Amino acid sequence: MHLILFFVFAGFCLAGAINLLLQSHPINSALSLIVVMTSLAVLYLMLGAEFLAAAQVIVYAGAIMVLFIFVVMLLNAGREERTLGSHAARAVGFPAVVAILAVIATVIVKAQDLGIAKLGEGLTNAPDSTNIETLSKVLFTELLLPFEVTSVLILIAILGAVALASRDEERQAGK
Amino acid sequence: MNALYSHGVPLSYYLLLSALLFALGVVGFLIKRNLITVFMSIELMLNAVNLSFVTFAHQWHAVKGQIFVFFVMMVAAAEAAVGLAIIIAIFRARATLAVDRIDLMKL
Repeated sequence: MHLILFFVFAGFCLAGAINLLLQSHPINSALSLIVVMTSLAVLYLMLGAEFLAAAQVIVYAGAIMVLFIFVVMLLNAGREERTLGSHAARAVGFPAVVAILAVIATVIVKAQDLGIAKLGEGLTNAPDSTNIETLSKVLFTELLLPFEVTSVLILIAILGAVALASRDEERQAGK
Repeated sequence: MNALYSHGVPLSYYLLLSALLFALGVVGFLIKRNLITVFMSIELMLNAVNLSFVTFAHQWHAVKGQIFVFFVMMVAAAEAAVGLAIIIAIFRARATLAVDRIDLMKL
């Protein structure tokens, strides 16, 4: 059962990723990326990461992809032109990708001490703690400072995005 | 084959899926000619790395592995906001999204 679920959603993932490459219109690529992210959320659930599955759907499939689709529609991006691309990318890039993938796959297949994921198995084996409880205990005690620093990062990112995306005339009118 | 009978998924399958998704993201980064789609390929690579983080967190029962994925998500959100703002600024300046035409810094 678990294995079937894994293969179905891993298949969705790979199909979405390949479709992202094959589509020439950015909106189709964005929609297939949503398929990839949602099936990754299911895989997180199967690995016992309930909080991350919810966050994946909300943050990635929700917020970030809405931002992408919004920009595609705002810029009225049409079909991409099929150009040959750079020769260096074709001559060096693809063999390099295949070689790296082969090395990583060999290492993974040869690794003997990897365990088996079973359905309903949590992160820790403590009986009375949920995934969110375990995560938040560490996040809000030991890692409180990094957590607060990311809020500053998000604030700076918002300000930077507004500053970059605002028109020059508006900026001059503000002065 | 032992895994088939014990009704579980070997973690190496998850890692292989993660590696495949990452490779597909790299290929997309190389072959796509639209700035927005190139950016989407980067998001795909981030997701692939997140999957292997969650897998290893499961393997070693490490809470911090999952928390790191949470931080990666937050940084990705910030990165998407800034990146898309840069794309809008580039589109205003050059009126194109094709990466071949944005060659001001090319030698």
